[in-house]
Amino acid sequence: MALKILNSGLSTSIQDLGRPGYFHIGIPIGGAMDRLALQSANMLVGNDAGAAGLEAVFMGPEIEFTQDASIAVTGADIPIKLDGELREAWKSFNVKAGQKLSFDFLKTGARIYIAISGGIDTPIALGSRSTYTIGALGGFEGRNLAAGDEVPIGNGRLVPEGRTVPEALRRMPESSAELRVLPGLYWHRITEQSGKNFFDDEWKVAPEADRMGYRFRGGRPLDFVDRNQPFGAGSDPSNIVDGCYSYGSIQVPGGTEPIILHRDAVSGGGYFTLGAIISADMDFVGQLQPHTSVRFRRVDMKEALSARKERKDILTKITEALA
Amino acid sequence: MKTRYTFGGDEHIYVEMDEEMSLDAFFKSLSMSTEVRKANISGVTEICPANASFQVKFNPDVIHPDDMMKKLKELEHLAENAEKRLETRIVEIPVYYQDPWTHETVMRFRERHQDPSGTDLEYAASINGFDSVEAFIEAHHSQPWFVSMVGFVSGLPFLYQLVEKEKQLQVPKYLSPRTDTPKLTVGYGGCFSCIYSVRGAGGYQMFGITPMPIFDPEQKVSYLSDFMVFFKPGDIVKWNPIDRAEYDRIVNEVAAGTYVPKIANVSFDLNEFNEDIPKSNAKLMEALHGA
Repeated sequence: MALKILNSGLSTSIQDLGRPGYFHIGIPIGGAMDRLALQSANMLVGNDAGAAGLEAVFMGPEIEFTQDASIAVTGADIPIKLDGELREAWKSFNVKAGQKLSFDFLKTGARIYIAISGGIDTPIALGSRSTYTIGALGGFEGRNLAAGDEVPIGNGRLVPEGRTVPEALRRMPESSAELRVLPGLYWHRITEQSGKNFFDDEWKVAPEADRMGYRFRGGRPLDFVDRNQPFGAGSDPSNIVDGCYSYGSIQVPGGTEPIILHRDAVSGGGYFTLGAIISADMDFVGQLQPHTSVRFRRVDMKEALSARKERKDILTKITEALA
Repeated sequence: MKTRYTFGGDEHIYVEMDEEMSLDAFFKSLSMSTEVRKANISGVTEICPANASFQVKFNPDVIHPDDMMKKLKELEHLAENAEKRLETRIVEIPVYYQDPWTHETVMRFRERHQDPSGTDLEYAASINGFDSVEAFIEAHHSQPWFVSMVGFVSGLPFLYQLVEKEKQLQVPKYLSPRTDTPKLTVGYGGCFSCIYSVRGAGGYQMFGITPMPIFDPEQKVSYLSDFMVFFKPGDIVKWNPIDRAEYDRIVNEVAAGTYVPKIANVSFDLNEFNEDIPKSNAKLMEALHGA
């Protein structure tokens, strides 16, 4: 069983839930940017929630199936077509050998997830099938998919058509977004006024937004607290002695454009970070299109943990709904 | 040195041993990250040592962030008393300074640089008070370096030069990071040298390139067949300046699977180093020359 890639769209890669354990040598966890969407798609077709599926950015791929299978598409809102006929998102449907899956133009969100019964069965690299293109690791030969690729699929069995995730449990991206931030790390480097401005200002997603990081523009530049730069940090006030970066951490090189590090984050570097997006909101970041308006909202640890619990409860409810 | 603990979102704790870089801060951060590993705290998923700091990633569903913080703080005294001695290796890394590939990239990103009129090496030489680029290059490779962190991207080493603080070279990072850096570029930012293990974004000044791969996910490079990443924190490096002919020769040897990096086992003692730096470095170089 294989998927024949007829058209790879803009950027389509194989992703699962990533490879923890190698960040200390600069290899990030990676995996689906919107984890809940991938997990939902997998459960819809009877796979383990963490099986490998496809993540496609902004444009859907065109795929021919070489064997019958159950599939599901989740994540961003995009019209789904099987041999030209519309199919519903967040709902399982069956495909026959020779049928073609394609997509129309994306409506909202940024990333769609396609799960196939049996899951994608490319070789495991450091514990995961996730594609880490910067390190040419995992996925299909360490790269994004291209037309002509034949992607191997594991043994699965068909599930009933029409299995669905209740609408209330689908976390859908909006046209404007609020991202929750826990201040910390090098927060003390910016002035109190700049800290306030950061949360008051409206930001827009910049075109430089990918699996490694999301850049933002439009807010006021940040002012730094005066100091003599520590030895080894470099002379710019936004420089620090190179340290580790947290997933979701927000660096602001030169104090101008915030960058949220995402699943394919660099593991460390020499720019100060002012805190991090809370874990519950990381999936949302992966669904932001360039030019989307974003506000950052300050939260404390208590709120971060209760948001994390809410997200976990959604996953539990989806698991129960599809059991 | 004053230790600072802070949360990075709800899944990380970042511990800064010192704002400044020093080998003392590095040894303390390495010792403490080792103690955290040994403590085997339930919920810890990643431990990443860095130059003068380290980070722990944990699952807050397993352990409350405040409890995790408390446990880390309890381990600090163990790191303070740890032995400052490492059994390690010294490796010779060939460098082709002022090569055509990094030069092309240097020129392509001029508008992101502090001094758009010159090259990265001219700028670095000038702000460090050297009369010529050649003299600066000499200072860069004449004394050995210590790998104080591995990270950024796949197996990239950060290196700290084993010289007196007043002899340390310092340069700022680019004003805004580049979107491209050639694979195996030898870079410089703050007081750190680095080798870009793969092509990609970067903010360090670019000085040259090495023909010796340090990351190979396919593990086809002969000396990376056991593990895809070459460096680990605590490795010692000596840059060996080479010309284009030597560069091409090594590239061919790597491709043929016949290149063998020059490596010798050494021990490094921080107290001995602090007492007599020239003597400590001479001992390292002696070991390398005997390899």
